[in-house]
Amino acid sequence: MSSYVTPDGRTIGDVLLEVKNITLRFGGVEAIKNISFDVREGEIRAIIGPNGAGKSSMLNVINGFYHPQEGEIWFHGKKRRAMKPSQIARQGIARTFQNIALFKGMNTLDNIMTGCFTHMHTSLIEQAIWWGRAEREEYRYREKVEHIIDFLEIQAIRKTPVGALPYGLQKRVELARALAAEPKLLLLDEPMAGMNVEEKEDMCRFVLDVNAEFGTTIVLIEHDMGVVMDISDRVVVLDYGRKIGDGVPDEVRSNQEVIDAYLGVPHD
Amino acid sequence: MSPDFLYAVEVLLNGLMAGVMYSLVALGFVLIFKASGVFNYAQGVMALFAALTLVGIMNGQVPFSHLINAVFGTSVHEFGWHVPALGAIALTAVVMVIFAFLVEKLILKYLIGQEPIILFMATIGLAYFMEGFGDLMWGADIKALDVGLPKGGSIWIEENTAWLAAEGSRFFGFFIDKLDVSATLVAVVLVIALTLFSQYTATGRALRAVADDHQAALSVGISLRAIWVITWSIAGFVALVAGIMWGSKSGVQFSLAFIALKALPVLMLGGFTSIPGAIVGGLIIGMGEKLFEFFVGPLIGGATENWFAYVLALIFLVFRPQGLFGERIIERV
Ligand SMILES: Nc1ncnc2c1ncn2[C@@H]1O[C@H](COP(=O)(O)OP(=O)(O)OP(=O)(O)O)[C@@H](O)[C@H]1O
Ligand SMILES: [Mg+2]
Repeated sequence: MSSYVTPDGRTIGDVLLEVKNITLRFGGVEAIKNISFDVREGEIRAIIGPNGAGKSSMLNVINGFYHPQEGEIWFHGKKRRAMKPSQIARQGIARTFQNIALFKGMNTLDNIMTGCFTHMHTSLIEQAIWWGRAEREEYRYREKVEHIIDFLEIQAIRKTPVGALPYGLQKRVELARALAAEPKLLLLDEPMAGMNVEEKEDMCRFVLDVNAEFGTTIVLIEHDMGVVMDISDRVVVLDYGRKIGDGVPDEVRSNQEVIDAYLGVPHD
Repeated sequence: MSPDFLYAVEVLLNGLMAGVMYSLVALGFVLIFKASGVFNYAQGVMALFAALTLVGIMNGQVPFSHLINAVFGTSVHEFGWHVPALGAIALTAVVMVIFAFLVEKLILKYLIGQEPIILFMATIGLAYFMEGFGDLMWGADIKALDVGLPKGGSIWIEENTAWLAAEGSRFFGFFIDKLDVSATLVAVVLVIALTLFSQYTATGRALRAVADDHQAALSVGISLRAIWVITWSIAGFVALVAGIMWGSKSGVQFSLAFIALKALPVLMLGGFTSIPGAIVGGLIIGMGEKLFEFFVGPLIGGATENWFAYVLALIFLVFRPQGLFGERIIERV
């Protein structure tokens, strides 16, 4: 497979993830109708569309919360068998949630440490006596997590219980937890929703930095068109479970069907 | 100090140590409830089963001997060896891990996503099954359990507290059972160890993560089923410790399963999701029971220990339904 050069001159790599003819039903409701698209290594791929278009459902299919009735998912060039979300996480797919899903009983640091779970391999017995390998592992990942904390500029809230944090910071901690897994593919469900302008700008910068510094491939759902057009390499547009557009931001912006969908349906 | 006051203090201390037992059983409940949303009715029977198994292993009893003898016409009862206490405790812990594994494999796996009431019913079934199974495996007779914990009133404590009251009074020092003291120490060590484990290890964090949010836990790669096996194993181990204490005190017998019912008011007091709540709740009920019996019992004909805990819990249910430390119950609209 070949690499791909975007109009703004960024070279992005081979296909990392491919969804093929996915159909997902809830009883009589078809949330996703025969949708296909690909995600290339190193790119920022946006999914947009009006409320109820099936965007979150698509992420849930990719990370294994939902099992589509039809279609295939290819990851790293191999067809993926039906797997549990925890197994998919271990393959290097991390995510954040539209409605923040942090561990409320923990502080910021522990939440992010939990993100390292897939990398920590010492046995239960070793952990129980906190000895040798287990201890070294704990310190090693603690260091990694501190690095992420610096990166996302949340040093000041390291020990704060996450429930006490303002909304914008909770979203940032959730991103940190996902990053701690050192994912190949990072799925972000509306990472900037409900934020003020300043917080949005920060989050945009972090998403771009993550992509640039760690080379992480990112799939992101976002309603703010300005943000989407600014930071994404390619955009998929969904409407009522169908795909109505796919391409670089300029192509999508001038697509008549996309314009209609956005004018016809009120959204926030 | 007046002898009456000192007697009341002695009652309080003894209540505190009885409360440790309640705390331990309640702790087992809370661990499982937090991790899997299952109200495990079988927690008390698990303590009984663990204690039966421990005695059986220590005495070299042949498991299922009645069944074997009935089917094959043999007459085997004992292997004829004795396993030292520590070894037997380790073996019993292994049995409890196997038990946790089987519960997950044979029951929980099939009930994922079911209503809490259905899971609850399943554990009632489990409780009765285990009661019968323990009976079949080890026999129904009352067994003495001695793992070498010190027993009897502590003369040291008695001699060193006698001075608290004036010379020649009715008070001769606190009477405190050494078994109660060692049980309390063991429980304290257990709770500290569990706390450290859950705070400072990857698996401990995973346990807390699952307790907080299943979806988020899955998304970071935690397998719910593995965590359930671990939680039930820990609950099994806590049950074993509770079983050892209770069994050392009053013999291993089926009434042990009923102390689980005492854990219920403890949980109402402490909150179903709070580990500190389970511990403090157990101590409060233990002390409250004994003090109430001491002061009010004689006035109303005694036997208040049977109902005091439940009445206290009822009062709590009315005024603070989430318990002392439980998360606030907020209706979602
Ligand atoms: N678990 C579910 N059970 C039943 N229906 C569902 C479920 N999840 C999603 N749906 C339905 O699927 C459709 C798509 O929902 P989805 O959450 O994917 O939309 P979305 O594009 O993320 O919208 P929003 O912008 O509001 O987040 C909706 O009609 C929704 O009601
Ligand atoms: Mg959504």
